[in-house]
Amino acid sequence: MANITFEGLGKVYPGGVRAVEGVDLEVEDGEFVVLVGPSGCGKSTTLRMVAGLEEITDGTLRIGDRVVNEVAGKDRDIAMVFQNYALYPHLSVRQNMAFPLERRRAHGGGLRRLIDPGYRRAAQEEDRTIEAEIARAAEVLGITDLLDRKPGALSGGQRQRVAVGRALVRQPAAFLFDEPLSNLDAKLRVEMRAELKALHDRLGATMLYVTHDQEEAMTLGDRLVVMDGGRVQQCAPPREVYEQPANRFVAGFVGTPSMNFLEGEVADGTMTIGEARLPLGDAAAGVPRALVLGLRPDRLRMAEPGDPCALDATVAGVEDLGDRCDVRLQVGHAELVARRPAGELSRWTMAGPAARVAFEPAEALLFDPGPHGARIR
Amino acid sequence: MKRRGPRLLTLALLAGGAALMLFPLWWMLVVSLETPSNAGAATVEVGAISAFPADPQWSNWTEAMRAVGTVEWQGFLDALANSILVTFLTVTATVFSCSLVGYALARVRFRGRGLLFAVMLGTMMLPPQVTMIPMFLVFRELGWVDTILPLVVPAFFGNAFFIFMFRQFMAQVPEALVEAARLDGCAHLGVWWRVMLPMCRPVIAITAVFTFIFVWNDFLGPLIYLHSEEKATLAIALNSFRNQYGGLEDVQYLMALSLITMIPCILLFLVAQRQFIEGLGSGAVKG
Repeated sequence: MANITFEGLGKVYPGGVRAVEGVDLEVEDGEFVVLVGPSGCGKSTTLRMVAGLEEITDGTLRIGDRVVNEVAGKDRDIAMVFQNYALYPHLSVRQNMAFPLERRRAHGGGLRRLIDPGYRRAAQEEDRTIEAEIARAAEVLGITDLLDRKPGALSGGQRQRVAVGRALVRQPAAFLFDEPLSNLDAKLRVEMRAELKALHDRLGATMLYVTHDQEEAMTLGDRLVVMDGGRVQQCAPPREVYEQPANRFVAGFVGTPSMNFLEGEVADGTMTIGEARLPLGDAAAGVPRALVLGLRPDRLRMAEPGDPCALDATVAGVEDLGDRCDVRLQVGHAELVARRPAGELSRWTMAGPAARVAFEPAEALLFDPGPHGARIR
Repeated sequence: MKRRGPRLLTLALLAGGAALMLFPLWWMLVVSLETPSNAGAATVEVGAISAFPADPQWSNWTEAMRAVGTVEWQGFLDALANSILVTFLTVTATVFSCSLVGYALARVRFRGRGLLFAVMLGTMMLPPQVTMIPMFLVFRELGWVDTILPLVVPAFFGNAFFIFMFRQFMAQVPEALVEAARLDGCAHLGVWWRVMLPMCRPVIAITAVFTFIFVWNDFLGPLIYLHSEEKATLAIALNSFRNQYGGLEDVQYLMALSLITMIPCILLFLVAQRQFIEGLGSGAVKG
């Protein structure tokens, strides 16, 4: 296993389109790092640069101590699991898993194996090693009984396991995953997610994983790298990304439903949003300026008399989700969502269109204006 | 309840069409089994023969094989061997070269790829008769006349139609498979050989079947380039039943040998019927 070091990594496509810019990142040996972001944010391009499938146009990439910018993908000692599995349809599971090992063997088949006893013995020894590697990986992934089947005869989850198995047999310095669960149905995705996490815990392997699904990212990664516009917006453990987002983009991307944002003006520690005046305390003290207030949906509640931070709202709808309900609210021009326990469902539906919502000032985040405005509290 | 009228009409039309197409084959079969006088009469008036010979001359078939060339049996066996050799080499070379070029056009990024593909497609518009004389002059300069090289070597340089078919098929293979193979340790030739070719079995079958039928039945190419009797293919050997004035002699032998020559094609069609029809379909859609 090895660490992966990005130093100012960038990618400019012919024609001048800049897909990735200035990525500085250190993936530690044995760490599970998830690149997450919306479509077109540059996460897959970054992963493909690590795999050697895209040329690196700026910066330096190291795997272990070796600079690999000019090294072909097959010589980087990495293994990749693709979104659509990329299993060779004409080969059995066993042959699929043996494929990368067969390409690396020093003693192959052919005529020499027939006429040179020494060569034949070495080749047979390699055969046994390959077979043992396949058996070991199949055992780990629980696919031993599938080894003689063709990919066409496997379910989505089984194909995914085989794809992981093909990567596993190589014992690479690092594993790369390019949205490997996105073709699975929701239930299977959750199961496979847990299996991948368990596999990482068992192997202690360096893993770089790309997904657009922030829930997947939160559950799998030791650290998340949130990307947008080809740049890293934040790199931190999942809990930190959720609770202390670096900017408004990260705050809005991570968390379901998305964080609510309200734009207003702050003066003397009080934020004015439309008619409402919200005392935010010391955090908003300082020079008067425009700010954006960020609130997680589960921090928004129905106001009680005497709540200092309360807003007049219109209930646009209530969605019953079984164990909880999402209340869609209109505050001025802003649309907010409050995620409340299922027990409050009737309270919200009976409240009528006009409601008053409140939050604790300490739980609000403040951002500079703009889609990537930095968090100031 | 379904109306039977249109169905019966369709059946009648299909039966009529099939009878029309099979008539020459039936005529050949009957003439090949006739006595020389009845067979000769059939060439003057098509209807001068019965639906099936009263006294079928099965020996005509062995006689036909014996009568090819100047040495008994030798002429036929030489022609058969030459046909097999030319067909085998041409089919192998065509599959090899067309799949390789198709892979390059589908999967290898290089400057001018689109232009090359367009030029290659353009050559499909060129009738072979146009290049016949220049190619003969080239092969004569190379000293290849009266050898099988002019018939076989061009196949190693691909065929525009089959290259197009391979290219279209390979372009549809997911890019991730190629990338996976590259990461697994294959260079382009490895990807072509180990991943693409096994997946291209339907296209290989179509290419092999079409090329086999074309080369096996080819008359013009061997007629131009193969002059010696021992180098003739079966298509040329059939010509030995024509006299020096172009008239037919022993037409029953000619028909018998023609049928013998057709047997591999008929068998191949029966075996590879599905690929054959799929090939025609894909050509119609993609062409």
